[in-house]
Amino acid sequence: MTDAPHKMSARGVSVFYGDKQAVKDVSIDIDMDKVTAFIGPSGCGKSTFLRTLNRMNDTISSARVTGEIMLDGEDIYASAMDVVQLRARVGMVFQKPNPFPKSIYENVAYGPRIHGLAPSRADLDAIVERSLKRAGLWEEVKDRLQDSGTALSGGQQQRLCIARAIAVDPEVILMDEPASALDPIATAKIEELIHELRGRYAIAIVTHNMQQAARVSQRTAFFHLGTLVEYGETDQIFTTPREERTKDYITGRYG
Amino acid sequence: MGTGQEHTVKAFDQDIKQLRALISQMGGLAEQALHDAMKALQRGDTSLADQVRGKDKAIDAIESEVEKLVVRLIALRAPMADDLREVIAALKIAAVIERIGDYAKNVAKRVPLIHTEGEDRIEALSLLPSMAQMASDMVHDALDAFASRDAEGAARVCQRDSALDDFYDSIFRTLVTFMVENPRTVSQVAHLLFVAKNIERIGDHATNVAEMVYFAATGRYLADEAAAA
Repeated sequence: MTDAPHKMSARGVSVFYGDKQAVKDVSIDIDMDKVTAFIGPSGCGKSTFLRTLNRMNDTISSARVTGEIMLDGEDIYASAMDVVQLRARVGMVFQKPNPFPKSIYENVAYGPRIHGLAPSRADLDAIVERSLKRAGLWEEVKDRLQDSGTALSGGQQQRLCIARAIAVDPEVILMDEPASALDPIATAKIEELIHELRGRYAIAIVTHNMQQAARVSQRTAFFHLGTLVEYGETDQIFTTPREERTKDYITGRYG
Repeated sequence: MGTGQEHTVKAFDQDIKQLRALISQMGGLAEQALHDAMKALQRGDTSLADQVRGKDKAIDAIESEVEKLVVRLIALRAPMADDLREVIAALKIAAVIERIGDYAKNVAKRVPLIHTEGEDRIEALSLLPSMAQMASDMVHDALDAFASRDAEGAARVCQRDSALDDFYDSIFRTLVTFMVENPRTVSQVAHLLFVAKNIERIGDHATNVAEMVYFAATGRYLADEAAAA
């Protein structure tokens, strides 16, 4: 959709769980400066597809991915690709906040430390502070960095997980329903955070909340029964969808 | 619209149905107002003209009902795509119908000024009813198109506006000629000119309604389509 090279490009991607095909021949581009929302009814393949973007499906033994997914023109399913490195470059935030049962500090410091991003303690302190600031959590936790991450509220835990994803300096952040377990205020904070993170990272978000997709994204992809039905500018999708199936879904006529 | 399939949340369909009913009721009242105003004008029936002026309040009342319903619908149902376009169109159409009602009221207001006592009947009067009928039909058909999500019907209404404009131009010339020949009637005929202008404006408003109906139904602007064709 733009002339600039795409951050990520999927071409003809299909995902099989055993004999069952969950994602059918999906081609889509993810760009910097844009938030791309994946919407669709449960079981439509949107989360499965999202997980192909950092090879999360590798952990499911029956899952098989075909097609091509490029990150900066590099095939992420190529045998030369280091999956640990890939997941540092393409971070992920899940539906349920899942902080490690460690201190707030350690939750954020863990990634940079194992990836060798912080040569000194001072570097690590700086990364932790910067990440927590970008995640909009610093002011709330700076005086209790040694408290357990699991003692935070749900919304704070989710922002901690975002700080943890940011800490390893990723290029792409994948979010799988990051706000669906949160109250409206915590949700608004996450949405505001997504808005602030845009530009620094390419972001793809799966959400069941269409209003949320409309609020946070610039592009929206509608999935149905494993196929990508329509992909376009968010305002176009929500005001004048081209496909009848998209229209039926977003207007609440989905049978 | 489109699939015609119902919403999963049935109350949403009820709200939309109610909105369409209000618009069609409002349109009916505006058509009736124009019809009665023209009848009063032709017959010099000032009591009928007074009735038209009184009934305008009913149109205004429905307009504010439409406004309230639209605000509630947007707040509670968060309509999207064609639903959103329809709800916004309904809000705008209500404002336009209210204006049409005002023009009819304005025609009624001029009845006693045109039919002053002891004056002869002005021949040129006989030209106006068929022009008014033309404008009224446009309003009627535009609202029918709204009720049935008929983009083609809406487009046809728009095509009729130039015929109405031509009609206005010819009536304008006739009335001016009449004034020149009968200087005694200038003040009454001047009022007739305003009546003709009001009818012409009603046609413009019907065209606006039709354009909104087209956009609500298709998501495309009729003007853009015409330019592309």
